[in-house]
Amino acid sequence: MTYERRIDGRKFDEIRPMEAKVGVIKRADGSAMFRFGNTIAYAAVYGPRNLYPKFLQDPAQGILRCYYNMMPFSSSGERVRPGGSRRSKEISMVTEKALKTVLNLKEYPNSVVDVFIELPQTEAGSRCAGICAASMALADAGLIMKDMVSAISVGRVDDKVVVDLDYSEESYDGIVADIPIAYLPTLGKITLLQMDGIVPKKMLIDALQQGIKACQKISEVQKKALKQKYVLEGVEDVQ
Amino acid sequence: MVEVKVKDKDIVVPGEILADGMGYVPGVGTYREGEAIVSERVGVVSIDGRAIKLIPLSGRYLPKRGDTILCQVVDVTMNGWRLETNSAYQAMLSLKEATSEFIARGADLRKFYDLGDYLVCKVSNVTSQMLVDVMMKGPGLRKLNGGRVISVNCNKVPRIIGKHGSMVSLIKEASGCQIIVGQNGLVWMQGNPEGELLAVRTIRMIETESHITGLTNRIKDFLEKTTGKTLEIRMEQ
Amino acid sequence: MYSELRSQVLKLLSVHTRLDGRKPHEYRKPMKVEYGVVKTAEGSAKVTIGETEVIAGVKLEIMSPYPDTPDEGSIMVGVELLPLSSPEFEPGPPSIRAVELARVVDRGIRESKAIDFKSLCLEKGEKAWMIVIDICTFNDAGNLFDASALAALAAIKNTKFPELVDGKIVYKEKTDQGIDVQEEPISVTVLKIGDHFIIDPDNEEELVAEARLTVALMSNGQLCALQKGGDSALTLDDISKMIDLAAEGSKTLRGLL
Repeated sequence: MTYERRIDGRKFDEIRPMEAKVGVIKRADGSAMFRFGNTIAYAAVYGPRNLYPKFLQDPAQGILRCYYNMMPFSSSGERVRPGGSRRSKEISMVTEKALKTVLNLKEYPNSVVDVFIELPQTEAGSRCAGICAASMALADAGLIMKDMVSAISVGRVDDKVVVDLDYSEESYDGIVADIPIAYLPTLGKITLLQMDGIVPKKMLIDALQQGIKACQKISEVQKKALKQKYVLEGVEDVQ
Repeated sequence: MVEVKVKDKDIVVPGEILADGMGYVPGVGTYREGEAIVSERVGVVSIDGRAIKLIPLSGRYLPKRGDTILCQVVDVTMNGWRLETNSAYQAMLSLKEATSEFIARGADLRKFYDLGDYLVCKVSNVTSQMLVDVMMKGPGLRKLNGGRVISVNCNKVPRIIGKHGSMVSLIKEASGCQIIVGQNGLVWMQGNPEGELLAVRTIRMIETESHITGLTNRIKDFLEKTTGKTLEIRMEQ
Repeated sequence: MYSELRSQVLKLLSVHTRLDGRKPHEYRKPMKVEYGVVKTAEGSAKVTIGETEVIAGVKLEIMSPYPDTPDEGSIMVGVELLPLSSPEFEPGPPSIRAVELARVVDRGIRESKAIDFKSLCLEKGEKAWMIVIDICTFNDAGNLFDASALAALAAIKNTKFPELVDGKIVYKEKTDQGIDVQEEPISVTVLKIGDHFIIDPDNEEELVAEARLTVALMSNGQLCALQKGGDSALTLDDISKMIDLAAEGSKTLRGLL
């Protein structure tokens, strides 16, 4: 079997329409929205703030905690029961790892930075959208970060390498592999790597290279949104 | 080959390459990666000679020795008060740094500063583990009675105060309010209801527009239009 | 802890104004209801009141009717006080605040007979629709009660039933049949601060209020649910005034639907 044309008509390396916005949650110290097609993620950052109970504190540096959560109505199938699952716990953990390497929390011993990722609507790629939103929210919160973090899911459908799998591809009747990655666009390193499915090594490297290219495009969208927050309509710059 | 990729006053985000080559020096908010200077936060570029640094646009307050901050009493202990500082860390105000008044042994400390009271303090010490001590002995350090407190982006405090206090005195004059701006982003004001509301609105405006040049004149125009008064930009000493 | 803030709020109320310059009986702006904001839900709505934002989404399930009402479906309301929406909310099981909020919203819809439960029956004693309404807070800038109740009602109005094939729901296929909404209950929360009554409180006003009354009103002006909150007692006169104020406020909210 060969996968000649993508189900939704995209090019094999084409990302679904993206949208990004910063400062979407007023009460948070930093916040952002990121969308891939029908998958929408919101992230809010609170902190650095007090951390209790005390035994959780790290006297050497501030700690990062991430929470990934799908809203009950965010799946096109059955209602998602609130309260978290093993899946959401694992995604929270890998998200934390994907973001942690760029953060410098040495100035904030014993404190915590909380990142809450919420998905009102999902259709594949939710952990990647979550990481994209979270990295923007962390930057918006004014934290010291070596780089942005961009994320995308790449993979294979039959013998084709595809970028940004959607739901119809994830559930395609054939050979499918799904490889979510997170990438640091300036430092050129990968901070999230998972895979479901069977792939020969050569194809994997090819997929990762395409993923990296996609992440570079994503990071431009993230950058633009972060800067857009400071463009005010109706205020004249008299420089 | 030295190449600067940004202009003074550009807004940059983490991971942006600001300059390539060893001819420039990385300042605050930047780091060197290979031969490049890279930004490590959201900020406004400031190029000073051969140094490139960033002026932060966001981020919570981090207590620093010598800062004058507004704190709220959240608990009373054996030998002083525990204060909320609008940061990740609480501060301790010890008995002997709290007042020049005589405090008798065993006195009820809440008679001096009660839970919920706002105090203007000076940060006297910050340890490596961010244990924060403050004091209340010194000019202008006092308990605040009445008035209202708002929280602002602490990175905008220098702009709210203005050059030699010019901005805050403009707001004081227009609104008829007393205003105290803490380095930690808490601002206290007291006046009549309309005056307080005008002060709040003006401060919010500064918070959102401060990175756009021409701020002082814009604020002056706004205040003159709103109040009908003619205002003058004055430096405070 | 909030005595300074409280005296400031009282000082302003004595001259009929509030911290943000509003009148005591005025809602914040912007105020809006947006329908169909979540494509994965069978119905959804987002409510904005000032900086407060909540989203309600409806998912439909098949239930076995309760033995005492074999020809009726039912509703279920959940509220998630998302930790993303306020520094005060924490992850974990629903807090008592979330539970109260969900129950108050549920009561407004249930008791006003907004939905005819009999119309949800598919097969007597065997199968009926269960309407699950989940409300998620996006930004808590105060008055989650009114925003949540309004969002829930709007999401119900926005709902389209999915196709049923062999008694199973095919979520991907929506029909054009909506829920028959027979009544539109509007909840308005009134706070008592000193001798003053206000509607649409912000976070700071909620901190300093001594009592709260949420009144759910039907379109004919009758009351269909009440919930008193706060630590202080209310007189009959207080209650009467608060209900009048709620009735007045409900007109504004009803106009948004």
